[in-house]
Amino acid sequence: MTLAITVNGKTRTLEAELSLQDLLQDLGMTKGRIAVELNGKIVPRSQFSSQRISNLDSIEIVQAIGGG
Amino acid sequence: MGTRQDRPLIIGGVEYDSRLIIGSGKYKDFEENHAALEASAAEMITVAIRRVNLGQKKEEPSLLDIISPEKYTILPNTAGCYTAEEAVRTCRMAQELLDGHKLVKLEVLGDQKTLYPNVTETLAAAETLVAEDFDVMVYTSDDPLVARRLEEIGCVAVMPLGAPIGSGLGIRNPYNIRMILENAQVPVIVDAGVGTASDASIAMELGCHGVLMNTAIAEAQNPILMASAMRKAVEAGREAYLAGRMPRRLYANASSPVDGTFF
Repeated sequence: MTLAITVNGKTRTLEAELSLQDLLQDLGMTKGRIAVELNGKIVPRSQFSSQRISNLDSIEIVQAIGGG
Repeated sequence: MGTRQDRPLIIGGVEYDSRLIIGSGKYKDFEENHAALEASAAEMITVAIRRVNLGQKKEEPSLLDIISPEKYTILPNTAGCYTAEEAVRTCRMAQELLDGHKLVKLEVLGDQKTLYPNVTETLAAAETLVAEDFDVMVYTSDDPLVARRLEEIGCVAVMPLGAPIGSGLGIRNPYNIRMILENAQVPVIVDAGVGTASDASIAMELGCHGVLMNTAIAEAQNPILMASAMRKAVEAGREAYLAGRMPRRLYANASSPVDGTFF
């Protein structure tokens, strides 16, 4: 079955269930400092591989940028 | 420094020689930001936490590739947050992003026009963050009672505004800053309002423990030169404070002796 998820406010469709690590890889987000929230809760980096993505999950991926 | 050696600024148990904290917003590019940081001699720099651009090229450097968390204390802010909940979520993200980093700059804004702090939401966020063991440096209004309350909650630094964020209007209410300083047991850092070097000196001459600024450097015609000016202004203001200024007099007071004139 396909999964509908939201990543940084945009809807995406996944063809198959996968881990957060796989999703980040698909998005080209494996390098650099990021932090990830899944449905409003932080997912520690150590759990990226074990964290499964489910239908209707909402994911936020952030980084540090310039600011005062 | 003469007979009165200055003590380092201590925030969250870490000693800093520099009393200037700069931002990383509004610069032309990372290189200009980095050069300004070097010229300012600041040891702490603020960053914002935002969504990654999913379209961005993989090889594009990020801010923290240029400004190293190994060399500088990164101070993630909660700029853009209008509720305590948004601010707390942002701090948790920042902590994860920076490998368990505890130090954050809390700012919860009230409205877009003034960017004045929403004090009730700021107090609520501070309570939660302190309970979660964050070291909270808090942007607030120049209300002495609110500043004291934030210190009671357990914030590690209280940061009243000198004037609205990005306004460059200087220290508009030095008497309130003085009242905050009189009550404070934690560092008081003027955050926002500084427009040019003399504003930073005024803040330091009042006895503030440090100054945080972004736009005054980033929007100068020559940001790197202004960063250097700010370093000197903060140092000069600090030394003048420690030296203790002469009293103000309405009338003149001759510098040369009155006795011994031969005419």
